[in-house]
Amino acid sequence: MRLVGKQTWEFENPIYINSVGTAAGPREAEGPLGKDFDITYDELRCGEDNWELAERKLMEQSIKLCLDKVELTPQDIDIFLAGDLLNQNVTANYVARQTQIPFLCMFGACSTSMETLAVGSALVDAGFANRIIASTSSHNATAERQFRYPTEYGGQKPKTATFTVTGAGTALVSRNQGPIRITKAVIGKVNDLGIKNPLDMGSAMAPAAADTIQQHFEDVGSTDDYDLIVTGDLSGVGSPILIQLLKDEGIDISARHNDCGLMIFDHTQEVFAGGSGCACSAVVTYGHIVKQLILGNLNKVLVVATGALLSPIMVQQKESIPTIAHGVVLERAGGPV
Amino acid sequence: MAGQKLKQNYQKNIKQFHPKPHYFFNCVKAFLVGGFICLIGEGIQNFYIHFFDFTEKTAGNPTVATLILLASLLTGIGIYDNIGQFAGAGSAVPVTGFANSMTSAALEHKSEGIVLGVATNMFKLAGSVIVFGVVAAYIVGMIRYFIHLALS
Repeated sequence: MRLVGKQTWEFENPIYINSVGTAAGPREAEGPLGKDFDITYDELRCGEDNWELAERKLMEQSIKLCLDKVELTPQDIDIFLAGDLLNQNVTANYVARQTQIPFLCMFGACSTSMETLAVGSALVDAGFANRIIASTSSHNATAERQFRYPTEYGGQKPKTATFTVTGAGTALVSRNQGPIRITKAVIGKVNDLGIKNPLDMGSAMAPAAADTIQQHFEDVGSTDDYDLIVTGDLSGVGSPILIQLLKDEGIDISARHNDCGLMIFDHTQEVFAGGSGCACSAVVTYGHIVKQLILGNLNKVLVVATGALLSPIMVQQKESIPTIAHGVVLERAGGPV
Repeated sequence: MAGQKLKQNYQKNIKQFHPKPHYFFNCVKAFLVGGFICLIGEGIQNFYIHFFDFTEKTAGNPTVATLILLASLLTGIGIYDNIGQFAGAGSAVPVTGFANSMTSAALEHKSEGIVLGVATNMFKLAGSVIVFGVVAAYIVGMIRYFIHLALS
């Protein structure tokens, strides 16, 4: 059975991440994980004419780096799954125009990284594809202008706000033996506990993460399989809420939990509550966590990417923010890098 | 409804996890920065009165224009948003905040062209200020007019 319990997928075949590629912006490069990214840019425009082109370049670079490492070209890939935060997923669509790989565009806000990885792994497991790449990107300036205010606008943000990560991450998945094995995935439900403040997405997303993690533990019948449970971008506000919500259900993950939004920046970087965005979980997972798994510092990790399905128009119409979280289980396989 | 109760409880329970805003310090910062901007304005006004042929009444226009120019320049070189994060209302309320909202929108939408990008979006944030400014001026003007009529 591939479906375990209600929401967990267990892949029957051995599925591996064969290669990863990450590109990141200047703030991310200065952060504690700066050295883990394959390529970093020292200015937000990445040498392009506008922000959207800069984001596109990040995604293209992450794909190129991912494929170059294993000496493959886009022609060798069967399905390209990608998404970003912009309207109509423009970054992913325009990159797909370039790559010419059969393309599945996905939107799960900041949960897209694990959504694409989970669906891609399922396609490989079922034999609909031999090799897939899953890619996500976000850019601080494109996200600011779409969801908030112009980048240079001098409005004051509260401490609960998050800072959109500039970057892109890509993973290559196939049945060929690789260093990281993808064993399970868990698909989340949309949760909404009535948070309406787009500058407090950690509070909005924590229930979605708690729901997905709790359901996954229920599905597999165990709560202590993992040496790290990492959430996407709950930040300094959402992380303690998640731990509390799970504690209320009798699950204690406090010793094993971390959040990509807290890992990517340090507290001196003036990023409010922490990092967020599609790229946050993507670059931390593909750049840092994958490395730690290869090095043997970690063995089994549950990555839960959290997404606030935020629309500025819906918020202005006084709707609350629906949120979702998808998880993927990464295990150290000890195979060739 | 159970769902409704859950939502209310959640919003109440998570308050303890939110960092507390420092209202007092924010007020002090807004006061100092806002006051400093006004001080610069005073300086510019005195400059125009002292060195050019302006009176206290007519110096207002060139003073505002100069402040707008300065704020737009600071927005263009990427400093005003940092001042805004520090000062809050202190840099948003004066005319410099208005200039910042227009310049930042114009900069942001430059990539969509001069007409549909810059010109169309320039008033995206400032438009509401103008609308309510004009409406409020109209209402206050009417009230003044009728009071004047009634008294005469």
